[in-house]
This record gives sequence, C-alpha cells and structure tokens, in this order.
Amino acid sequence: MSAAKSTDAVAEAHGVRNQFGAQVVHDGLDLTVRRGEVLAIVGGSGSGKSVLLRTIIGLNRPAAGTVRLLGEDLYALDEEARTRLERRVGVLFQQGALFSSLSVAENVALPLIEHARLDAEEAARLAALKIALAGLPPEAGDKLPAQLSGGMIKRAALARALALDPEILFLDEPTAGLDPIGAAAFDRLILTLRDAFGLTVFLVTHDLDTLYTIADRVAVLANKRVLIADTLEKVADAQDDWIREYFHGPRGRAAEAAAARTS
Amino acid sequence: MVTNTPDRAATIELDAARGTPLLRAGGAWTLRHYHELTTKVDALRTQVGDEATLDLSALTALDTAGAQLLGALAGPRRLQAALADMELAPGRRELLAAVADAMTAPPPPRAKKPRYLADVLEHIGEATATFWRHIADLLVFVGAVLDGIARTVPHPRRWRIDATVAMLEQTGFNAVPIVALLTFLVGAVVAFLGATVLAYFGATIYTVSLVTYAFLREFGVLLAAILMAGRTASSFAAQIGSMRVNEEIDALSVLGLDPLEMLVLPRVLAMMLALPILTFIAMVCGIAGGMTVCAVSLNISPGMFLATIQNEIDPLHFYIGLGKAPIFAFLIAAIGCLEGFRVGGSAQSVGEHTTSAVVQSIFTVIVVDAIAAIFCMEMNW
Repeated sequence: MSAAKSTDAVAEAHGVRNQFGAQVVHDGLDLTVRRGEVLAIVGGSGSGKSVLLRTIIGLNRPAAGTVRLLGEDLYALDEEARTRLERRVGVLFQQGALFSSLSVAENVALPLIEHARLDAEEAARLAALKIALAGLPPEAGDKLPAQLSGGMIKRAALARALALDPEILFLDEPTAGLDPIGAAAFDRLILTLRDAFGLTVFLVTHDLDTLYTIADRVAVLANKRVLIADTLEKVADAQDDWIREYFHGPRGRAAEAAAARTS
Repeated sequence: MVTNTPDRAATIELDAARGTPLLRAGGAWTLRHYHELTTKVDALRTQVGDEATLDLSALTALDTAGAQLLGALAGPRRLQAALADMELAPGRRELLAAVADAMTAPPPPRAKKPRYLADVLEHIGEATATFWRHIADLLVFVGAVLDGIARTVPHPRRWRIDATVAMLEQTGFNAVPIVALLTFLVGAVVAFLGATVLAYFGATIYTVSLVTYAFLREFGVLLAAILMAGRTASSFAAQIGSMRVNEEIDALSVLGLDPLEMLVLPRVLAMMLALPILTFIAMVCGIAGGMTVCAVSLNISPGMFLATIQNEIDPLHFYIGLGKAPIFAFLIAAIGCLEGFRVGGSAQSVGEHTTSAVVQSIFTVIVVDAIAAIFCMEMNW
C-alpha cells in the first residue's frame, strides 16, 4: 500500500486546543488526514486520542483552532449543512454503540431509512449487504446487540458505519477487547473495505499489530500535540524517549517481528 | 463510493438488437437513485435471460447500493465472473467484487410467521409461568435474607452500622418532606369527601372519625409504603443492578464477601426502621390535613377534633397500622434488592428491572394489605 495515494486533505485540524476545566488536553495541535490513507493515532493513556477523534467528527467543540472535514469548516456550519456533512462520515465507537432496542439489521437500516429515504424493504436488502460486507453471517441480522459477542458487535457497528457509503471512516480502538484471531481478521476487513471503497480511515489504537498491518501513516500524540505524523518506519526511528519505548519495547518488537514474518 | 461527480440520473437499457442481449448501465448508480433504480431493475430482471452481458462504461458514479443492484440484476456469481474481462474505472472492480462476494452468502432464513391466537396463548402462558417463578424466587430470597439476619445478629462485628445509617438517611430522612406533603393533601381530600357525604345525615362531626380511622389503620401506612415502593425499591434495584453490570457483585463474591450481608441486609434493616417512622409521620400529617379542613370549612376546632379522637378512637387502630409497616418495608426492600440481582449485564436491563421492582412492590403491598384487612376483620380487631 502506498503511503499517500494523493495528498489532498480529507480532514484537517489546525491549532486545536481542547480543555476540560483547568486540564488542557490539546494545545496548538495540527493534523492532516489525506484521502485514501489509513492514519493511526497512537499515544499514552490520557493523551487525548479519543478527544481528538471526537473533535474531528464534531462531537467536541475545541476551545480554539479550526477543524476542516471534507473541505468544510466543521464548527462554523449551520445545523443543516452539519447534518449533510455527517452523512458522509462513518464512525465506529469503541463499544460499538449499537442501539440496544433494535436488531442488527434494523441498526444498519436506520440511517438508510432516515437519510436515504428508502422504504423498509429496500433498506433491509441493503442492510443485509452491509452486514455481509462486514463479514457477519446473514442470520446475525435478526439478533439484538445484547446477543452478540464482542467481535460481532464491532462488525455490526462497522456495518452501520458503512451504511451510507461514507468517504471517511473513524474507528475508535477497533480491535480493543478482541482475541488475536478476531483482531487480525478485523484488520484485514478494514484493509479490504478501504481498497474496495477507496475509504479514508482514521483510527485510534493501542494495538501494535494493527499499526504494523494496516497503518499507512502513524501520528503520535504526546505533550498536548501531534509529535510526529509519518510512515511507521520513520516514526519508529524518531528521537523521542516515549516513541522509542513504544515501538522498541518488548511488545513493539514482537509486533514488528510478526509483521515481518507475514509480509 | 460517493464521488463528487454531479449526480446525473441513473439509466439502464436493454439492447437486444444483437445476438446476446446487452445491458447498458449509465449515470450515477448511487444510494440517491436507489429507489428508481430498484423499480427499473425489477422490471428488467424478468426480461434478461442468463446470457445478457453488462456494459458499465457509461457509469459516472457507483456506490455499494448501486453495486448491489447490479449484482441483483446480473446475479452475483455472473457479475463475479464477468468482472475479469470487463473494462472498468479504477476502484470499481474492487467495489463490485467485494459486493458480489458479500451477495453470494446464503440469504437469511425468514423470520417465522405470526400465528395470532397461538402467539397470544403462548404469551399468556409465559406471563403466568413468569408470575409464579417470581413469587417462588421472592420466597427463596426472603428466606435467604432472614437466614442472613439470623446469622449476622450474634456477631456485632459483622453489623454494617455505617451502611445501614447511610441507607436510613437515604430512604427515611430524605423521604420525609414528600411523605408529609402528600399525606397532608390526601388527609384534606378525605375530610372533604367525608364532610360532603356525612352532611346529608347531619353527621359532619363523624368526619373526624373517618379521617382518623382511615389514616391510623390504612392510609398512613399504605401511602407511605407506596411512596417508598416508588422511591426506594426502584433505587435499590438500580443501585444493585448497576453494580451487577459493573461486575461489582462478582468482585465481592470473589473477595470472599457475602453480597447479601454487605448490600441487602443494610438496605432491608434501614427500610424496616424507616417505614414505621414514615408511617407515623404520614398518620400525623394526614390527620393534620383533615383537621385543617375541619377547622376551615366545618367549624370543628382543632381542640374539639383532638378531643373527639381521644374519646372515639381505639388505640388498637394505631397499632394495627404501625404493625404493618415493618412487614411492608421488608417486602419492598427485598423485592428491590432481588430485582437488582436479576439484572443481566446491560444498562437496558437495569431499566427494565427497576420498573419491575416498583410494579411488583406496589402490587405486593396492596395484596398483603388486603390479606391483613381480612385477617383483622376475622379477628374482630
């Protein structure tokens, strides 16, 4: 996979400052997500990875700075334009965030019915396709979220995120809580979907294996800003104690070795 | 994938002039045109045989919705086969292949058809079975709580004084204003009713007996208990239920601590102390409400009101009313805690069981009160 298929930016954060009370999470943060790439955000616990994701998808208004998503100034848009923009974005929340009173198929069909104005039967047919694309067996569509395993919840949530054919997909810790086999399969699924649909993928992760298998670029979040955003090799060689510890600690070395074996 | 190409109308034409029929798809095959395309595709599907070939060169935009329709039109397997020797814009081949792959999965089994009458009967049967199971569970739980009390009483070190006092504040003290206000209002309403009816017989003075009798024997304890069922049973169920969701109950057991002793006994004991006190407050406030109405609209002065109570009312009624309070309290607390333990893993379940705790405890309180009334009648109390 090429690092940058093209250089135009799908999402940009400029001088973003986020704070909760006296606690400053981000200060003067800049980040660019390029079209067609898989950008992984890494950082220690509490470094504000999820806050950054929420800021870029419009759930957390920054105290300062601008966020441009798909070419629009996200926080300057009026309600209607915001809604139009949000339809072009898919988000997979960490716990899946499936609507617990709806079956999986209904979860996926909901945005299709509400936004694409399809009737129930058409939406159900498309929902079944998205469920299959997310790698779930067809009978999973009738199940309620409470009846699914962790891996199936992630896949169902991915099917819902893909419902409206988004241009950019945001994933918050997609492989957290999955067993290694499930996590590896999920990584492959994301790559397949990226290649098939030309998606841009923005993911927050702690999973080093995910970084080595699917990330085109890695952005390291530390000291309230993006320390470095580049290809994995360049980031891993950066002169920074935290980065060295992260990529060259025992787990980092194991993941690197595993990636080298498979490729 | 959605592209920035302006959305032109999507078209599909059947060109049957030459030997093999040719399907020419053009325009934007996207979600936006899904509805109109579905109609066209459904109409064409009956006409095309297995021989038709696809020409996708005129497509301006394609997303998964459009790809699904192409798959439905040509059949996913034929689309897969045809992909290899088709000329396609970059990215389209992968998209079509992925969708065709996904579509070859077997269709899901259809949900079973409703069987109207049978479903109704099944539902009634299930509800009845659940009802009896709940009663059996409650009896088992009541036994376990009594057993827990019996085991804990001889060991003062295991008394959870702090937890009990905290619960007493939460369930008793904090509930005083609402109990006092509501019973005062109900007392006034009963006095009005009594005065209106008794005026026909020129017996308005008996309003005093009516209000006092009703509140000492029934209304004081019943109103306090129903308020507690709404306020406390629900909070017990929610507290213990969210602890279950969090696996805190399991953590307690693993640490060798008894959840019954840690969580249930303080709540049950606090409730059994709180409800009699609240019942007493309810009686006083209800009678005060009646007294106010009597003073304002019936010219029965408070002094006369109290003298009538002293002369007419047997203290037995007070003891009967107050005696029911600990029993109701025990049942309400036990049902609240039991529903909390029944919570199964999700936040939604917490909500369901909280509701269930309120419904069951109000139901139980009224049933037990009716049984007590019959008992007292037979005993001539």
